[in-house]
Amino acid sequence: MSGQVPDAEAVYREFTPVVQALLGPRTELVGIVTGGWWLAQRLHADLALTRRAGALSSAMHRDDFARRGLTARGGTELPFDVDGADILLVDDILHTGRTIRAAVNELFDYGRPARIRLAVLVDRNGRELPIAAQHAQVRLALPAARSLQLGRNEDGRFEFHLEAAG
Amino acid sequence: MRSARNLQLNRNGELVHLLSTEGLPREQLLHILDTAGQFASVSDREVKKVPLLRGKSVFNLFFEDSTRTRTTFDIAATRLSADVYTLDIGHSSTSKGESLLDTVANLSAMVADIFVVRHAESGAPYLLAQHVAPHVHIINAGDGRHAHPTQALLDMYTIRHYKPDFSSLVVAIVGDIRHSRVARSDIHALRTLGAAEIRVVGPRTLVSADMVPMGVRTCHSLQEGISGADVIIMLRLQRERMHGALLPSSEEFFRTYGLTPERLQWARPDAIVMHPGPINRGVEIDSRVADGPRSVILPQVSFGIAVRMAVMSIVIGNEADP
Repeated sequence: MSGQVPDAEAVYREFTPVVQALLGPRTELVGIVTGGWWLAQRLHADLALTRRAGALSSAMHRDDFARRGLTARGGTELPFDVDGADILLVDDILHTGRTIRAAVNELFDYGRPARIRLAVLVDRNGRELPIAAQHAQVRLALPAARSLQLGRNEDGRFEFHLEAAG
Repeated sequence: MRSARNLQLNRNGELVHLLSTEGLPREQLLHILDTAGQFASVSDREVKKVPLLRGKSVFNLFFEDSTRTRTTFDIAATRLSADVYTLDIGHSSTSKGESLLDTVANLSAMVADIFVVRHAESGAPYLLAQHVAPHVHIINAGDGRHAHPTQALLDMYTIRHYKPDFSSLVVAIVGDIRHSRVARSDIHALRTLGAAEIRVVGPRTLVSADMVPMGVRTCHSLQEGISGADVIIMLRLQRERMHGALLPSSEEFFRTYGLTPERLQWARPDAIVMHPGPINRGVEIDSRVADGPRSVILPQVSFGIAVRMAVMSIVIGNEADP
């Protein structure tokens, strides 16, 4: 089983220069809460970005809300005007596509962006919506009953965990 | 029969009804406040609405008038995209002799998801919570002298916004403790959050030790009551109490217990002044205090919308035990 789980730090190291290449002078980097926001914060530091990164929560637009209820994690904070913005979304794992759908709806509650692109660490099988990333560092085929999660340990390093899907 | 404490929570410990802050576990209380924090910014968006309760029906059942509380529940439910129905119950079916349970059974047949209930009888929301289907949720918007949990939660949200560390706080609640469901609900919530000291302040006819839980300090002098306080919660003095010989006059109450700028100096210099509204200027509070720099009375109203959004969005995701 552990053979299926990539080394998150190695994937992140390869991901970093790709993100740098995707960022134009006026591109806004936005991470999806929680894993994508960790990623955005770390990219912001490692790439010495001057524009503040945004945090985007998908919670208010989730379609499984009635089943899962609302979890009080971080909220949306966008330190720029969304109208006309060029946005690069980053997230840890692209799976069903439902989180991205909800996150894009959340963005539109703040305005009309000129363009939204998506870059993820891992693109795994199991898509349920017609959503694709502009860039995925790793593509994985995992058992449907397994959920891949990004974790962040105490010194800020990333780790992937493979768990039973809940 | 399940106790009132358990009626609010299902067997997984999730909130299914909000009936009282008494017996509301600390983790649930904090979860509501944290969730409210996420909703506080919805009014800053270009689209001031989120779709969490789209397709759900919220019925406001106000058997006792309260334009203000009802309006904040209306706004909260509307911002969550729910369909909101307000029934002027006090003047319709109950006056025709229909029982409370019959009223709710009829409304449930109209496919309700949440009932927001205010009733002059203590315990009315509990009775409803025992009889509704598992997917239907009851939120107590004030029952008799018993409880007003959403007011207490918005008070806690307000306090935490300005004074994040409850363990060092001295909180004074001033006025008609005897008749106040707000005071009772605030006291339970403050104890759960670990406030360092809670004082209740007012004349002997309206404040006595047997009205409050153990460990709450009773003061009959305003100076003693608010000296060194970090938070002062002024209660509304209900004018109808004047007729019951509990108070000589509103002028005398103001002379003894009214919060003026001079008396506010007994409290800590950074103390905040709260009031559940509507305020009686010149009865319990001087206008210079109500409109002054220490007053957080208007922020309370805004926070109240976020807190009610949080409560509705949390209960709707949870199902009661069958």
